[in-house]
Amino acid sequence: MAEGAAGPGGAERYFTRWYKPDVKGRPCEDFCVLQHSNRICVITLAEAHPLLQSGKTIKNINYQISANCSRLQNKVSGKSKRDIFIRWRGIHHLQVRFFPFFSYLNIPHTSTESEHFCSCIRGRLIEVNENILSNPALLQEKPSTEGYIAVVLPKFEESKSITQGLLTQKEYEEVLLKRRSSAS
Amino acid sequence: MSSLSEKDRPIVQLLLSTGTCPRCILRFCCVGSQMLYRHPHKDLMKDLQEFLRNSQEKEDTVCLDVVDPPCKRIRLEHGEEGADDLNHNGAIPSAGDGNSATESSAVKVCNVCLGILQEFCEADFVKKVCQKVNSADYQFTSFVFSVSLPPQLSVRESLFEVSVVFAHPETDEECHFLATACPDCFKPAKNKQSVFTRMAVIKALEKIKEEDFLKYFPCPPSSPKNLCDALEIQCNNGAVFVAGRYNKYSRNLPQTPWIIDGERKLESSVEELISEHLMAEFKADSFNFSSSGREDVDVRTLGNGRPFAIELVNPRRIRFTAEEMRRLQQAINDSSDKIQVRDLQLVTREAIGRMKEGEEEKTKTYSALIWTDKAIQREDIAFLDDIKELKLDQKTPLRVLHRRPLAVRCRLIHTMKSEYIDEHHFRLHLKTQAGTYIKEFVHGDFGRTKPNIGSLLNRTADILELDVESVDVDWPPTLAD
Repeated sequence: MAEGAAGPGGAERYFTRWYKPDVKGRPCEDFCVLQHSNRICVITLAEAHPLLQSGKTIKNINYQISANCSRLQNKVSGKSKRDIFIRWRGIHHLQVRFFPFFSYLNIPHTSTESEHFCSCIRGRLIEVNENILSNPALLQEKPSTEGYIAVVLPKFEESKSITQGLLTQKEYEEVLLKRRSSAS
Repeated sequence: MSSLSEKDRPIVQLLLSTGTCPRCILRFCCVGSQMLYRHPHKDLMKDLQEFLRNSQEKEDTVCLDVVDPPCKRIRLEHGEEGADDLNHNGAIPSAGDGNSATESSAVKVCNVCLGILQEFCEADFVKKVCQKVNSADYQFTSFVFSVSLPPQLSVRESLFEVSVVFAHPETDEECHFLATACPDCFKPAKNKQSVFTRMAVIKALEKIKEEDFLKYFPCPPSSPKNLCDALEIQCNNGAVFVAGRYNKYSRNLPQTPWIIDGERKLESSVEELISEHLMAEFKADSFNFSSSGREDVDVRTLGNGRPFAIELVNPRRIRFTAEEMRRLQQAINDSSDKIQVRDLQLVTREAIGRMKEGEEEKTKTYSALIWTDKAIQREDIAFLDDIKELKLDQKTPLRVLHRRPLAVRCRLIHTMKSEYIDEHHFRLHLKTQAGTYIKEFVHGDFGRTKPNIGSLLNRTADILELDVESVDVDWPPTLAD
């Protein structure tokens, strides 16, 4: 049976893995973009991300859109009698060309730390993963599957060019090698 | 049935003088007898002119009978009256002298029907229409003959329709004044077609006051220089519907043609393999394929198959015996091993509604070959057999999120039956509600379908193969072979 880059795990089969290391200039804050053959992109943490290293416990995760909007505006409209449609309204409003979204994490150690997440690619936000809001540990336990961060759909015209600024799996592994050798 | 009598005389007089053709004159005089209209319009013209020349006394005997050819009766009554009668009747026809025979050679185009009731009701044109119908080689039982006056319309279903489309460019603008008089009757159309549709013009004519109408349009109307053009003669047959059930044995066949950027990605498709034979036999212009749901490219459809219905548009042939349908079914089945059809039959339009109903409301059963990352023993999967009416919350799968909106679907897995194979494989038979995504129930789709086989077994699961075992719809009727 076909094997995706993630191994024969079903959901990841049709995805190509792209990487963006050191996002926003912050060392080792690496993200992974899983690009489906239908252009849908799933944003996840990459293995080298500090949050995935031991010793850190995530206390909670919530989405803040802008200084004014502190609550996630999630409009639920029922068109069909059986299906419930979901649109992430508040975040849509921020989106112009480059879409940023922020996540505040409180990590207890000696002091509370917080971090922002940025989207690595430009596109329409389709979904934020509600599962990590209710169960933050999921982000660390299964970062590449159930602990994904968000789903983004780039514009049709940009679907090929969107990965130009990103690294392939091989290139990312070289980056990791370089880090280790420079650290030692 | 009515007769041309004294009261009609002034009407006939006036209309003849303003260039109205004989058949229109008869219409205005409320002559209902069809027989009369069948005579050549030139003969009718002669007869009307003779009628006018008739003496007062003889008028009452002019009677148009449906049984006897009326014209003959008029001729019988005609005397050889002179031009005096014209003056006697006070008419002032510009068609000057009493000899109508020479008059008819210079036939003016009727100012009312634009010639449609003149030349186009004559034997020659009718022959032309019949020739066209015959050469188009259609099979039909009854038909509709429709005539469209400018502005024209087209298409009606369920019957064979011969349509003759007329246009008269010379007078096209004549109804435009209605737009200034009744602007709310004329809404701009989406496509480029004229705003002056027949319906709109009729509506405006009902609204407009007589005085206003007369301001813009002369009564009686002016004589046109040209005849109407017969733009086209079209034949159209109502659609026929063929239904059946199909099995799909290939794991590499899409339902509909898979073409991206003009390039075909996979050879053929379910609908093409079924339709191409039907198109050839029914000699249709095009088809519309629908089915009770659909399966993915890599999924087989076993059991009794999935109901489908094909609408054949504008078929030349519509009558097929049961034996011929059986042969057609056999021909389709012989032509491909990727699909097979059964219960192929002619049905009515209700077929389409049945397809939708089957897709949205009827249960389906499946067989899935499942892989797990961590080892399993028989007892690890046995509990699945006892789960009834399992409720799933399924978000729109990632693989279709590019073309479907994000939604949460609540679906039921009615029953499950597991078959242990080895430490990493088992087969699962499921009976589910319509609209359940099976693949996502197995691998979980990034946790967006809950619960899923992975979460139930506390492992990572993947689906290796999927088959549709049955589509639980009892339509179309099963045919005894």
